Amino acid sequence: MGKLTIGCFASLVGSTNLDFAIKLAGAAMEKGHKVDLWVSGNGTMISIKDQRPFKDYSSLEKPLKELMAKGLNVTACEACAESRGYHHDNTLEGVKRFSMDWYLGSCFDADRVFHIGGE
Amino acid sequence: MATTKLGFIVQRPGYKSENPKLALTHAIASQSVEIYLKDGDIVTADIAFIGDGVLNCIKGQKAVENYDLNSTESHIKMSLLLDLNVLVCKEDLERFGMTESDIVIDAPEFGAEVEVKVVPYTEISKMMEEMNHLLFF
Repeated sequence: MGKLTIGCFASLVGSTNLDFAIKLAGAAMEKGHKVDLWVSGNGTMISIKDQRPFKDYSSLEKPLKELMAKGLNVTACEACAESRGYHHDNTLEGVKRFSMDWYLGSCFDADRVFHIGGE
Repeated sequence: MATTKLGFIVQRPGYKSENPKLALTHAIASQSVEIYLKDGDIVTADIAFIGDGVLNCIKGQKAVENYDLNSTESHIKMSLLLDLNVLVCKEDLERFGMTESDIVIDAPEFGAEVEVKVVPYTEISKMMEEMNHLLFF
């Protein structure tokens, strides 16, 4: 089985790119692949805990938690998160926070990199 | 010992979105990625500005004065200081009526020894074929 690294820079609310990234991660994991998910820029919005789900806005806390429980490796860009006021104490349990070199390190041994830029 | 080559392709104009700056900061992060790798393994970053992305390279940006932000120009210069390969599409520059004299080419004030290369798209295409992974911004 392979390793897929997904980088997503799009926001949780405002596009469905993160929705797609999570669905892709789930599909790859179901096939037995290892998946790293890097969120940077506005994509770090997905790392905030206690998202209140509405039907008019994307809400990915529940599927993200389910996938992390199955082994999805999620890391948020620490500087991007901090600049937006997303601090360690309101970060979803299990989401790691590192600097941008983490993403490149994940790309190093990935069989495929799927990069979704921001809006 | 292994090398993974990443190509950062910037297609969007600066300041309208965060993408070009994130492309550069992520590319610059290739200089500190070793902490996640085994001894001898490296990640290289090549950067290409194409399409509207060439507008990021205009020199004389006043981002500090107007927004109190580091300019994209300064990030390009930092990339040169780190010896990253920075390419700009010649045809797309010409499409905007621009020449090499309109864009940042070197960064002697940063101590950079390499320069931005203005090249035909065929050379950028060749660079992209040599990469292990491409990241579009």
